[in-house]
Amino acid sequence: MAASTGPVTETAGGPDRAAGAGGAPARRGAEPGRIRLAMARHWYAWAMTAPVIVVVGVLVGWPLARGVYLSLTDATEANVGRTIGVNVIPATYQFVGLDNYLSILSSGLFWERLGWTVVWTAVCVGLHYGIGLALAMMLHRKVRGRSVYRVLLILPWAIPGFVSAFIWRYLFNSDFGVINAMLKAAGFGAVGWLDDPFTAKIAVIAVNVWLGVPFMMVALLGGLQSIPAELYEAAEVDGATPWQRFRHITVPGLRSVSSTVVLLGTIWTFNMFPIIYLVTKGGPGNSTEILVTYAFREAFTGVRDYSGSATWGVLILALLVVLAAIYRRALRRQGEVW
Amino acid sequence: MSTVTATPKARPRGERGPLASILLHGALIAATLISLFPVVWLVLTSLKPRDGWLSSELEIFNQPSLDNYVRVLGETEFPTWLLNSVLAAALTTVLGVIVASTTGYAISRFRFPGHRGVMWLLLITQMFPVAILIVPLYNLMAGLGLLNQIPGLVIAYLTVAVPFCAWMMKSYFDTIPREIDQAGMVDGLTPFGTFWRVVLPLARPSLAVTAFYCFMTAWGEVAYATVFMSQEEKRTLGVGLQQFVGQHWSDWGLLTASAVLIAIPAAAVFLFVQRHLVTGLTAGATKS
Repeated sequence: MAASTGPVTETAGGPDRAAGAGGAPARRGAEPGRIRLAMARHWYAWAMTAPVIVVVGVLVGWPLARGVYLSLTDATEANVGRTIGVNVIPATYQFVGLDNYLSILSSGLFWERLGWTVVWTAVCVGLHYGIGLALAMMLHRKVRGRSVYRVLLILPWAIPGFVSAFIWRYLFNSDFGVINAMLKAAGFGAVGWLDDPFTAKIAVIAVNVWLGVPFMMVALLGGLQSIPAELYEAAEVDGATPWQRFRHITVPGLRSVSSTVVLLGTIWTFNMFPIIYLVTKGGPGNSTEILVTYAFREAFTGVRDYSGSATWGVLILALLVVLAAIYRRALRRQGEVW
Repeated sequence: MSTVTATPKARPRGERGPLASILLHGALIAATLISLFPVVWLVLTSLKPRDGWLSSELEIFNQPSLDNYVRVLGETEFPTWLLNSVLAAALTTVLGVIVASTTGYAISRFRFPGHRGVMWLLLITQMFPVAILIVPLYNLMAGLGLLNQIPGLVIAYLTVAVPFCAWMMKSYFDTIPREIDQAGMVDGLTPFGTFWRVVLPLARPSLAVTAFYCFMTAWGEVAYATVFMSQEEKRTLGVGLQQFVGQHWSDWGLLTASAVLIAIPAAAVFLFVQRHLVTGLTAGATKS
């Protein structure tokens, strides 16, 4: 490699040309050494990205392809091939086409779970964003003790997700949870938070909101700090009201951060496994089960239904891809290059 | 807030009246209390005596005792789980930072064939639900003999953490002027040398955030660990802890004490990087 770098850099016009922006000079013609030329010019870029490509390709690409294939079969734990000791049991599952998709899409269960997942995602992301923005705007002002507030407000982010899930499960415990103790102290009756579908839903949303606000707050605070203060000064001189300043400076100034974090937040919340799995285990019944936890349960409890869970997975992925595509198009219509 | 000389209307720009100040602090204090309360309650519960968790009395420090901690460290598998988690998290952090920063740098600086492809790959990978990958990944790991192996778990965590981190690093590198790289090149550094000696030191805030993110991903993950680490002595904390509060038997004393022990390293890492969080996370996102 090192040997071929020398002459190529010379033809490219000196070392400062090679500093990255490349592009134009390489396109000139298809001489015989073209591949070698491309190799010489780009090998460090490829070398730097190679680890990610390989790891992601193997660990995401292959399982994805395999998952799509499994979703077209009737594989379960009972009929996949396995090796027990010296006995090799051959796989006996068969290709069944789109049967899995048909049976899942025609079951009420899927639509019910999808409905709850959409509510869960919309409510959580809405609250994350709203509360996060409000807190970010407060912290952006000159407040005494701002850095202390900031550290304490980001704290929920620093607690590992599963620990928070356990903490909240304890707080919501109907017999010795502190939330019921407070309700009793205030003269209300105890509530069986995790025993009733409706209150269990409120409980998991509360946990997730508590957990997710810090990220939004930090991201939006960074966005607020990047809006030049002169804009506000100029607006104020022109007599803009606080609302007008918010509407016409803050909102547009935050647009690119917002679009990124809302999309990320939506994807993360949609796929939020640990909170549901650890706080309610999807219960009572399966009332708080979102698509992801349901698919997981399908795959790893009882007789493991590999094909069924793969089908759920493909459906979930398809939903997310569609969502992201719609979202991107909407952004692009507003002139956002993303 | 001295507005003695001026009428309230003519208050200097950017200053608040006392009422606004009170409201602002009130709101911030309320939010802080909500964010702190569960953590404080966790610590208090863990310090109760053995069966203290059975009461929800709102009293603080009745008979503080370290009983739960002694039991967690002495009578359970907690130390083993802790060791596994530390190993997995440390490896994920180190590898994640290296891989994410080189990838981020490459897609920020070089326009090479496959550039768009890499960007898309990073973006789309973040969307993948665990549920679709977990079964095939389980089979793949089994085939490679990586089940119940920490390296296997680390690789799985990297696929979760690296795409987001590489994207974040790319945004940050974008804010570092290219002229700095070019100066390094003119001084005779190789592309790697420029990256390592010139650009990386400038990207410290973003590196800190990346490290934090990788660490938290590994430290707090449950789904992969539950499935891949089935052997008793290979469990990580997230898996092991579920035993303390099972279907038929639960001991919240054990759970709270171990939760505190788990949260301490995470909080320490967090305190270390929190100064950089705001700039590191969004310096680039604002321009992307």
